[in-house]
This record gives sequence, C-alpha cells and structure tokens, in this order.
Amino acid sequence: MYHWDFAVLWTYRSLLVAGLAYTLLFTAICVVLGLAIGLVTGVGRLSTNRFVTAPLRAYVELFRCTPVLVQLVWFYYALPVLTGIQISATLAATLCLSLYGGAFYSEIIRGGIISTDAGQIEAARALGMRRFQVLRRIVLPQAFKRMVPPLMSQSIMQLKNTSLLSVLAVPDLLYQGQVIAHETYRPLELYTFIALAYFAVLLPVTMWAKRLEFGAPVSEA
Amino acid sequence: MPAPLIDIHGLRKSFGDHAVLNGISLQVTRGEVLALIGPSGSGKSTLLRCINLLTVPDAGRITVGDQTIAFDGRRTALPGERALARFRASTGMVFQHFNLFSHMTALQNVMEGPLTVLGTPKAQAATEARALLAKVGLLERADVYPDKLSGGQKQRVAIARALAMRPSVMLFDEATSALDPELVGEVLSVIKGLAKEGMTMVLVTHEIGFARDVADQVVFMRDGVVAESGPPSRVIDDPQTEATRAFLGRFNARAEGGAAQSA
Repeated sequence: MYHWDFAVLWTYRSLLVAGLAYTLLFTAICVVLGLAIGLVTGVGRLSTNRFVTAPLRAYVELFRCTPVLVQLVWFYYALPVLTGIQISATLAATLCLSLYGGAFYSEIIRGGIISTDAGQIEAARALGMRRFQVLRRIVLPQAFKRMVPPLMSQSIMQLKNTSLLSVLAVPDLLYQGQVIAHETYRPLELYTFIALAYFAVLLPVTMWAKRLEFGAPVSEA
Repeated sequence: MPAPLIDIHGLRKSFGDHAVLNGISLQVTRGEVLALIGPSGSGKSTLLRCINLLTVPDAGRITVGDQTIAFDGRRTALPGERALARFRASTGMVFQHFNLFSHMTALQNVMEGPLTVLGTPKAQAATEARALLAKVGLLERADVYPDKLSGGQKQRVAIARALAMRPSVMLFDEATSALDPELVGEVLSVIKGLAKEGMTMVLVTHEIGFARDVADQVVFMRDGVVAESGPPSRVIDDPQTEATRAFLGRFNARAEGGAAQSA
C-alpha cells in the first residue's frame, strides 16, 4: 500500500510557486502576443489581395495541422540550424506558442468579422459611413461579443499547452514538479498537486467564460 | 418646369454576362413619389440601389440634388470612398429586411447616422431621434433592442433611422415584402404620411394598390429597361403594353383571389 506524503510539497513550496508563477507569466505573454498575431492575421486574411492572403493562410494551416509538441522541438532544435541563430529555450517556446495560438486566434477573429450580418453593413454604408466607421461602429462591437467565448477557451488551451515547455527544460510548473519528483521519489504527490494546481487556476476561468457566453447573447435584428 | 431632384441618364449595370440595367433614364421632381414596379429580376431593386450607389453602375450619370456622379465603365474612374459616402448620406434607404443594428437600441439606431456621419452632438442627436421615433409612433419603444420589436416596428425604426440624416430623397426597397400581412398597414401609413409632407421618394414595391394610391409616377420595368411610365391612372389602370397588362393581370387575379401576398 502506497504511503502518501504530501509534506514534500511544503518542503519545496518555493520551487512550486516559482513554477506556477512562470506558467502564468508565460501564458500571459503568449496570449497577448498570440492575440496580436491573430488580429493582424485574421484581418489580413480578409484582404482581396492574394499576395497577402496566401502566405497568411499557409501560416495558419501549417500551425493548425501540426502537433504543438513537434513545433516546440522544431523551433528549439531545427530553427537555429536553419537560421544560424542560437536562441534560448524560453525564446523558442515563446515564439512557437505565440505563433501557434495566433493561428487559432486568427480564425476566431476572421470568423467573427465575416459572420457580421451583411445587411447591417449595407445599412451603415447607406447612412454615409465610411469603411473604417462601419468596421468600428457596426462590425467590431458585434463581432467582439461573438469572439469573446471562443477566444477565452483558446486562451485556456494556451495555458495548458505551456505544460509542454518542460520538454525544453523551461522552468514552468510541470518542469519544477518533475525536478522535485526525481529528487524526492514522490511523483504521485507531485503530479497530483500539479493537476490540482492547473485545475484550480482554470476552473474559475472556464466558469467566467461560460458566464460571458450566456450572459451576453448576440441578438439578431 | 423646375430642375428634377433625381436625374438618371443612360444607366447600365451588368453582373458578369447578365445585363441587369440596359440604359435607364428617368427623372423625379422635388416632392414627387415614384413607384418602381415590375416582375422579379426586372432590375428595379438594382436601379434603386444605384441611386445611392450601394451598387455602382457601369455606365451612365446620376444626379441627386446638387451632386452628380458619372460612370464610364473604367474602374479607375470610380469616385473615392469619401465622395461615395457623402453621396449616400444625402439619400435615405429603407431595406426589405430592415437591417437594424442589432447591438443598438431603437433610439441608438436612429442616432447613429447623425452621430457618426454628421458629427451631431449627442444630446441634440438624441432629441431629434426621439422626435423621429414619436413621428413613426414608437417613442415608447426607444430603449428596446431590435430583437424585441415586431417586423412592422423594426421597419418603422429603420425609416426613422434613414430620416435622421435629413435626406433629400427616401428610397424604399420592397419595404413591406418581408412583413406579415397584418403588419404591412402600419408601415404603409408611415410612408403615406411622408408623401403628404412632400418627401421625395422612390419606392420599389409589389403593393400595386398602394402604388396607385400614393405614387405620382409609376415606372414599369422589364428586362432592365423602362417598359412603360406615367401617372398611375394610366400605367396601372390603363396599361399600354402587353407586358404591363400581363404583369398587372397577375396581381389583380391574386388580389381578387384574396391570397395574402408575402413574397
């Protein structure tokens, strides 16, 4: 019979807290960068110029159709060989997860914009609004409401994806937990704690996202 | 005779190989109500949408008030975004499907044009919008979102929204076609009220009885050309061409049959 000993968590609390802080900080950076990339890509793909849309589409499909773990390893090991520029594991991971998230965010943003009722856009133009005014006053306020729930759930995925960083020895929550587990031979306690820590962070976020989803219905005229 | 408020000359428009407007010329004087009738696909909606340039013609000339825009078929000669927007602001458009802004209340819908396009101060825009909602009988619905309004109420808000720009011309694109039969009357009575005030209007409509009632001039379109035009007493009651007779005959038969017309 296994004898659980959670005291080990307390002994290594500072490492675990540092790991969790790293995970949260890293998620925040990758969400912000990912959203910026996603906004530019999503809006760019609405262009009528093929020289703009084709490369953006290629980027999105490339990142959507390969596993993020493979991308992480590729960015860290293959990209430096290809470019001749050595980058740190943290930078490789930041680049990779931001681009990965950006690909998904861009689809959400593009979808939100193109799903705007064409009749309302026409009505706005008929009032004499110029293209930018139509976007700012009519399209984006409605699109944004529709985008928030899927953007939230994609951001939750971003947080969970940061656990993959441990393969590059980036000191996130999972990596720190693994280090302690090796040291103390207490992997069950540590993985239990890690799972609960992710859960404790994400449960309130998902509940908040759910409220946004049901609390702010987009009405149809 | 005074200069016409709307002067359309030699208007042509094709979508791909399909010519929708084949050289249309017509004039509307100030205070006149013109009804465009004709079978579906005859080009009447396209013509209406050309008057405020929501559809850009291939060739021809359009004058509304003191603004004239000519088209010669070359893409490079298209007027700029700013000129198009200014032109559109001087005409009010009412759509078949209302197209109210769903994230705004009735009042905000009516205020939107003056606020964003004319730069009217908010308080003044709100006062004017309330007056317009009162005019279409919906002041008590001012703070309601479109999804809580009936079709007839939506269309009346849409009319108020268009009027808020103080347009010199109002354009109605089958404004009652999407309404349940019992809601058609309230919208038609608002349009009739505008006609009485002397508003210049162009109506695309399937309501032949209403066209006869309210229009000064009826234009019957067929295959992208004006087949017949004149006062309703002539075009509707005593049509000169076979095509007009056939078209109106179908409507008369339907009206006599008592079938609700909703298409």
